[in-house]
Amino acid sequence: MNKKYMVSFIAVFGLFLIAWAGVSIGLQWVFGVIIPYLAVLVFATGFVRRVLGWSRSAVPFAIPTTGGQAKSFPWIRHARFDCPDSRFDLWVRMALEILTFRSLFRNTRMKLSGGKLSYQLEIFLWVGALAFHYAFLTVILRHTRFFTEPVPWCVQLLENVDSFFRLEIIYPQFQFGLPAVYLSGIVLLAAVVYLALRRIVIPSVRYISLASDFFPLLLIFGIAFTGIMMRYVTKIDINAAKQLTMGLVTFHPTVPAGIGAIFYIHLFFVSVLLAYFPYSKLMHLAGVFLSPTRNMLASTRSYRHVNPWNYPVKVHTYEEYEEEFREKMVEAGLPVDKPLEASAEAAEKE
Amino acid sequence: MADKLLKPKELIDRIGYQPPQTDWMDTPIDIRKGMYCYASNPKSVANLGFPNARPWNPTEPDWKLPENWQQIIHDGFKERLERFRSFKVFMDICVRCGACADKCHYFIGTGDPKNMPVLRAELLRSVYRNDFTRMGKLLGKANGARPLTLDVLKEWWYYLFQCSECRRCSLFCPYGIDTAEITMMGRELLNLVGLNIDWIATPVSNCYMNGNHLGIQPHAFKDMLDFFVDDIEERTGVRVKPEYMKKGADILFITPSGDVFADPGTYTAMGYLMLFHYLKEKYGLEVTWSTYASEGGNFGFFTSHETMKRLNAKMYAEAKRLGVKWILGGECGHMWRVINQYMDTMNGPADFLDVPVNPITGTRFEQARSTKMVHIVEFTADLIRNRKLDLTPARNDYLKVTYHDSCNPSRGMGFFDEPRYVIQNVCNHFYDMPASTIREQTFCCGSGAGLNAGENMELRMSGGMPRANAVKHVRDAHGVNMLACICAIDRAALPALMDYWLPGVQVAGTHELVANALNLPGQNDRATNLRGDDLEELKAQAEGETDE
Amino acid sequence: MNDKKLIVTGLVIFLIIVLFPFWYNRGRAVPPPEVKLTEQAKAAKECVLSKDYMRSEHMQLLDLWRESVVREADRIYTNPKGKQFVMSLSNTCLDCHSNKADFCDKCHNYASVRPYCWDCHIDNPKENS
Repeated sequence: MNKKYMVSFIAVFGLFLIAWAGVSIGLQWVFGVIIPYLAVLVFATGFVRRVLGWSRSAVPFAIPTTGGQAKSFPWIRHARFDCPDSRFDLWVRMALEILTFRSLFRNTRMKLSGGKLSYQLEIFLWVGALAFHYAFLTVILRHTRFFTEPVPWCVQLLENVDSFFRLEIIYPQFQFGLPAVYLSGIVLLAAVVYLALRRIVIPSVRYISLASDFFPLLLIFGIAFTGIMMRYVTKIDINAAKQLTMGLVTFHPTVPAGIGAIFYIHLFFVSVLLAYFPYSKLMHLAGVFLSPTRNMLASTRSYRHVNPWNYPVKVHTYEEYEEEFREKMVEAGLPVDKPLEASAEAAEKE
Repeated sequence: MADKLLKPKELIDRIGYQPPQTDWMDTPIDIRKGMYCYASNPKSVANLGFPNARPWNPTEPDWKLPENWQQIIHDGFKERLERFRSFKVFMDICVRCGACADKCHYFIGTGDPKNMPVLRAELLRSVYRNDFTRMGKLLGKANGARPLTLDVLKEWWYYLFQCSECRRCSLFCPYGIDTAEITMMGRELLNLVGLNIDWIATPVSNCYMNGNHLGIQPHAFKDMLDFFVDDIEERTGVRVKPEYMKKGADILFITPSGDVFADPGTYTAMGYLMLFHYLKEKYGLEVTWSTYASEGGNFGFFTSHETMKRLNAKMYAEAKRLGVKWILGGECGHMWRVINQYMDTMNGPADFLDVPVNPITGTRFEQARSTKMVHIVEFTADLIRNRKLDLTPARNDYLKVTYHDSCNPSRGMGFFDEPRYVIQNVCNHFYDMPASTIREQTFCCGSGAGLNAGENMELRMSGGMPRANAVKHVRDAHGVNMLACICAIDRAALPALMDYWLPGVQVAGTHELVANALNLPGQNDRATNLRGDDLEELKAQAEGETDE
Repeated sequence: MNDKKLIVTGLVIFLIIVLFPFWYNRGRAVPPPEVKLTEQAKAAKECVLSKDYMRSEHMQLLDLWRESVVREADRIYTNPKGKQFVMSLSNTCLDCHSNKADFCDKCHNYASVRPYCWDCHIDNPKENS
């Protein structure tokens, strides 16, 4: 049994117990109001501080990874978005990185068999990552319905699109599909399971994974799972839930009675994720914008990048060099700045 | 040493990609012969004014570190986090997705999990978490943090000198995390406590004092070029006359000193000499060499940013002293990463030079308008494009050529089509290797970033295995017998790699191929190539092989 | 450095997006919807099933009713207390809750739910049974 994912599992299960116990002894105010407020505060300040911390570090050199032919002669085709030479090309490169995970799309899998190496396209990580991130984004955007009144039309549109696929299974014993099934939730759960499984199953990925890699995955699993449970299985009073969330965002916090414990568990998981976010690898959300190998122009020979801390260094000057080798240079017929005569004449006079 | 090296098949069979049972933090390192380079000569270290010059041996338990080495590393770490956003961001945002894992040639060739780029970076990241992050301090090992112990330091040294800073991992990383950057920082930190390798420190010291990595003194440098002049005369009937430190010349030419020192780089150097002679005779272009700035390469790059700057300073200084219009750079890998991404920032602006214009073709090298340094391959490509060279590619007909993209011009410069254009214009038979092994996805020769020593042959042969494998593919498919490149380290490293994995495949610099095809005014019948081999015989041999 | 400006701009945009709910509602209190019962409903005291159950599960019940009526031609529903109802949204549900706007829509709008009941059952028509 791998200690790393067990530790994370126990941690998430512990969080579940804390929220559950807290709510059963009547700490609804703590879990419904105080902790969420604190979490948002920690998230916002932590996030800003981390990014400002990065921004305070200098970018001394332009070190883009050039992923294609650089701008060269007019008769050589320039790979604009892999080796950007203009701001526009750079923005496109960054947009493709951030929105489509383009570098990950290149991913190949190496295989060694019979002394021969082969590389094949390995698209699953890219698909899984894309599914995970976009599903999560959709879920988050959908949740604005709990934080706005009236609900903006674009959120309603998103809900309609997300639930376009009608799935209604009716057996009196097992009824599913009402309320309308949101695909994003299902995709999120599936993607999170895939991402966690590959960490457990693929030996090299298991070897590099830390507890802090499993923890957010399990936490997000917990969030998605409780969310789905609340919607389709152990239903809660949704209007009471919205009353609570609206209270939070309008700064009129209230804790209506009669919301099931599962709601508070869900909310607590989300709060923990928010507070954990700025202090973890999840900051790749902001970091991807600031990666110097991606966000810098590759026109490094045509524009000079300035290093803010460029300091003078000790160099071995030509004068020192000639001083040491003058005789040998003259003898070999190499030109020198100071001729030998002066020193030779001085020697003769003695 | 060499006698202990495994046979190719044994080396391949030994690779298993299954990680060990124990967690990587709990797996002690085994500093194995054949995988590491010897510790630096204290004289070289002292020469450069680097700290803690003393004799030491990596296989002995005591590495003779300064008393407060932990503090030195901690402070150095902190300073670098502030100076390099790349370092700080890369320490923070890795999600350990594993996309980089099987992209590293050292991992592919050794199967050692600590050669996965992500884990190589984690070696530093674990200490970063412990020393500089709240979560690491709070949760310790559960959050992947560990204190910097002597064993951890040894692990850094061992694995940071098993990275050739090729940046292949960075291409595949969704956040562009560049292990080269992390390795550079790690090596800087190691240098602070006097942990370097001799194959880097001594060339750096040589380059600093004598102008080039090999420590060739000025008169010897001229002697060596004179040998080439004789050889060229013998093979072509034309006596070329290189210029040295000629004030007011049009162009200063700087190339790695490896090319004047050892085969097959020497043939590339002869190629340069012939090209310059041709341009002088035909068009009156004056190119000068310098013995002071006689090194294009920069092993300072493998030491620290400061050392890189100290060595690189000579290029602009010499160009300024000689009053040339612009600088032309020879075929070299890491040299071009330094010139392309560092030189102008470190030692520029080069406002005393002109924006490079090829006076023969009139082409303005817009791509080099600030740095004012042109790659000889793009220079030649421009000449060929404008039909300014008299070429007989048929002289290279006995060759079936493939091209090895060097890491640095590939992922640090985007230099792909120029060399292919040149090769395809001087050779009639050219075959590219499979797409996932060339251009931006190219594999390292296995000996880059200062790891081209003799004592770490097993590492070099393992790391070069993916490259050799791709060459084997085109050899089997098309009968390729020549591996062309534009890097002096390649010219030094690939022949050994080919001898080990694919005996019979030769290695050449691109300008050797150019010179073989180039017709000099007043030349003889050119019955041999630059290596002195009879072309008719080679042709017969090549045809015989194809017939079989 | 000008990139600091860019970073701060990015951060501000990020915060504006993330904190959207806080400024969108401008801090005004939003009272939860109050369901209005018709006199008839008040008089009946209890719905088909308990109030709590109906609040969270009414869509499930309606779905089962539809299944039963359309597929099985069974129009009579017996609740656990033994009371019988005709399974009809228009004639049974909306008979009591004739105030759709104040009873159904209020909550549905608040929770941003758009049931497709009204695609067919427009404006509380009476079925001709």
